[in-house]
Amino acid sequence: MEARGFVASGPAALSRRLEAASPRYGEKAIFALLAGCAVLSVVTTTAIVISLVVPSIQFFGEVSITDFLFGTDWGPTFTPASFGVLPIVVGTLSVTLWAMVFAIPIGLGSAIYLSEYASRRVRRAVKPILEILAGIPTIAFGYFALIFITPQLQKIWPGHFLGGPPLLFSVLGGGLAIGLMIVPIIASISEDAMSAVPRGLREGAYALGATKAKVATRVVFPAALSGIVASVILGVSRAIGETMVVLIAVGSTPNLTLSPVESVQAMTAFIGTTATGDIPNGSTTYKTIFAVALLLFGMTMVMNLLSVRLVRKYRQAYE
Amino acid sequence: MASGLEPKTARAEMAMAGARGVTSEMMSKQPRKDVIRNTIFGSILLLTIAVALAGLGLLIGKNLVDGASRLNLDLITHNNSSNPEEAGLRNGLIGTLWIMFFVVVMLVPLGVGAAIFLEEYGNRSSRLIRLIEVNIQNLAAVPSIIYGLLGLAFIARAPLDLGYVVITASMTLTLLVLPVVILASREAIRAVPASIREGSMALGATKWQTIRRQVLPASVPGIVTGVILALSRAIGETAPLIPLGAATFLTFTPGPFTEFTAMPITVFTWVKQPQPEFQTLAAAGVLFMIAVLVVMNSFAIWLRNRYEQSW
Amino acid sequence: MIPRKSILAISCCGVIALGVAGCGSSDDESTASSGGGASGLSGSIKINGSSTVGPLTQAVAEQFNGENPDVEISVGQAGTGGGFEKFCVGETDINDASRPIEPEEAAICKKNDVSYDELQVGNDALTVVVNPNNPNDCLSVEQLAQIWGPDSPASSWSDVEGADSSFGADIERFGPGTTSGTFDYFTDAINGEEGVQTKDYNNVGENDNQTVTGVEGSEGGIGYFGFSYYEENAQGLKALQIKNPDTGKCVAPSEETVQDGSYAPLGRPLFVYPATDAGTKDPTKSFLSYYLDNVNDVASGVGFITLTDEQLKKSQDALASMTG
Repeated sequence: MEARGFVASGPAALSRRLEAASPRYGEKAIFALLAGCAVLSVVTTTAIVISLVVPSIQFFGEVSITDFLFGTDWGPTFTPASFGVLPIVVGTLSVTLWAMVFAIPIGLGSAIYLSEYASRRVRRAVKPILEILAGIPTIAFGYFALIFITPQLQKIWPGHFLGGPPLLFSVLGGGLAIGLMIVPIIASISEDAMSAVPRGLREGAYALGATKAKVATRVVFPAALSGIVASVILGVSRAIGETMVVLIAVGSTPNLTLSPVESVQAMTAFIGTTATGDIPNGSTTYKTIFAVALLLFGMTMVMNLLSVRLVRKYRQAYE
Repeated sequence: MASGLEPKTARAEMAMAGARGVTSEMMSKQPRKDVIRNTIFGSILLLTIAVALAGLGLLIGKNLVDGASRLNLDLITHNNSSNPEEAGLRNGLIGTLWIMFFVVVMLVPLGVGAAIFLEEYGNRSSRLIRLIEVNIQNLAAVPSIIYGLLGLAFIARAPLDLGYVVITASMTLTLLVLPVVILASREAIRAVPASIREGSMALGATKWQTIRRQVLPASVPGIVTGVILALSRAIGETAPLIPLGAATFLTFTPGPFTEFTAMPITVFTWVKQPQPEFQTLAAAGVLFMIAVLVVMNSFAIWLRNRYEQSW
Repeated sequence: MIPRKSILAISCCGVIALGVAGCGSSDDESTASSGGGASGLSGSIKINGSSTVGPLTQAVAEQFNGENPDVEISVGQAGTGGGFEKFCVGETDINDASRPIEPEEAAICKKNDVSYDELQVGNDALTVVVNPNNPNDCLSVEQLAQIWGPDSPASSWSDVEGADSSFGADIERFGPGTTSGTFDYFTDAINGEEGVQTKDYNNVGENDNQTVTGVEGSEGGIGYFGFSYYEENAQGLKALQIKNPDTGKCVAPSEETVQDGSYAPLGRPLFVYPATDAGTKDPTKSFLSYYLDNVNDVASGVGFITLTDEQLKKSQDALASMTG
């Protein structure tokens, strides 16, 4: 290593000191290439925003924003059309909530078990099997919810708990199916994060007399927190954006309710059925798709901004 | 496994044996309370896995029961047809394979490249990096149908003007699942201890050499998990393909630059038909798609197991 | 543990199996013609549109392909509206439609210089079904409007004027999604305007099979869909006769009653819209005349009602004048 460029200054110059002194053009080219890959995401978002904003502006020229955002009657394909978006917003949130209520405990529990309790052989066998859940076609999940989950729930439902047994199309049936679909996302990525925690941390805790449960929850879990949170955020994102399962199992009837046993319509289901249906292009009804999609995009953007802030706060504590 | 700790002298060996003895005696005298708590906790965890596996089992079982009669070679050697006795998945299978091939080719470099950039070259506090981060997370939540409309507007039509062909579908699906790969790869790269990087740099390696020879191989398992999850999603997606002109029926075998169809589209079409035989076919189709998925994943899993290591 | 070797083995087996599928003979799905004429016709035809008419076009295309194996036909089902969107920018050659083209769509076609023709290729009976335990046999348009109308529709069967008073089950409605042509046609015919309907119903989206399940399982159930869904499930459902608004007679849905027009107002025509550019040239030209020549043979196999001789002649004349 050349002594050229060996400047005795503070830590800020450390990286420069360790690298080769001559400018490597290959390095610069690679930097540009990699930057390009990352910037692609910005390009995609810009394209999405453009393709959504233009028709939405036209839409809001025909329908007032307050009617849209605060109205409670959603029927753009009926005559006369009504454009109050609240029922489908609540529908989306309701389904996502129930999906996460199921997916987070099951996903995290599986991850902790596989990483801390299971032997290597069990882990190598079970992890791929769980990942199969991620690959089941979404229509299969939808129909599974419709023809199996909901009927079984109807059979075992205790009386009028939460308002009675679930209807044919219901939030609970679709929510559970989506939850099951998300379990591998949370389980696999969290498990990877937990396995990557250095053994030293665990062994130190064991040496101090901690039980396995304590080590898993107090040492490994917090150390892997950034990966775990990333997996949960990814899971929530997937749940919010899921189209087919909600379309098939939760229904297409907009209904402003928080009850899990009723049929509601989620925003994605509305977009899905309207975009592939017989609505004439260029009509106000067709443009509702873009307005709803823009709203969904905005909602998830807010959610993600908040979560990035949250993650940074916790990440600092453990690094 | 902890290696390099073999005792080299007789005295060290005795000390080691003594330490082991004391530790095991101490460990076995865990207070009752802790042992019980431990067991309960372990059982709850086991229960969660059991629920997940049971869910999977029920789903596969239900389709097996419904579709068993059509699980034969005809399923993949016949093309789709309006006659349920004749219909099969052949064109859908070939279409899906073509689409997945191009997705893998585009997804892995783009996803891993972006992850490397964000983790290794990015300045954590720079605004551009933060913007890209939030962007990627947000893209993971965009409904798949929107990606379909996006692909229609910009890839099938101007400016890329590729038409309703396999490549268009592959590009659209790649964009759809890219966030998964980026996020998972980032976590994997981040988990590589700093000491590895610093050691490599201290030996005179350039940044890219360090990444290529130390960081990447170490993060392969996590990256592969991301790719598995991403491909699994892409193979089963129906909604984004419909605006992209996916056909439900072709009289020819699809290729990279022709009209295409895919297995999920075929199965979805079957499910909507009135004839009950089509329902049976649909169940068999779902099972076959899962089988294809398992085959696709098994190579990736082999790769993951091979590169597995613990710190 | 799954040993490494067996994972590799699975991958290899998979590749081989897929190879078998890929090389699987593509000539065992040709239904009719054996060795058909080497017609020399080649080229491609892009078809998209209604998911109702799609299966009919598909069946014709299959048969056509048996005799003309070099013609590459693709049939999509993006919906009548979704199909017109592609059709009116010249991306497809033929659009399947379960309703006539709307003025807004026609305007877009005109703007893009896409001229087309309208050919009727079949008929469909929108069938209203109830549970077999329902004693009512015949309903009039007014009674249906009481059940499906937008403002305070009847909630139980005994509330329906003129219905069998011994039957008092709660009405449970099942119907297709609001973006489907079936919904448009039904609401127009029964409630007087497209899109006007009560929102209190089980929306089955695109899957009419759910209407079948729903009505079969609900005593007071009532639903509507295309004739093929009734035909396939006739044993578990009861099709209502509709009182013809002109003659006052109760008419059951069937091939004859749709063709002679007595099943009113719920008989509907099915169309294909060929683009003039493509339709005047081979292979589309030959495909279209093959379509009209053979559609009546194919239609009943996929649950559709054939064209009358008069309707067939009209379509063939329209085709002839387009192709000149």
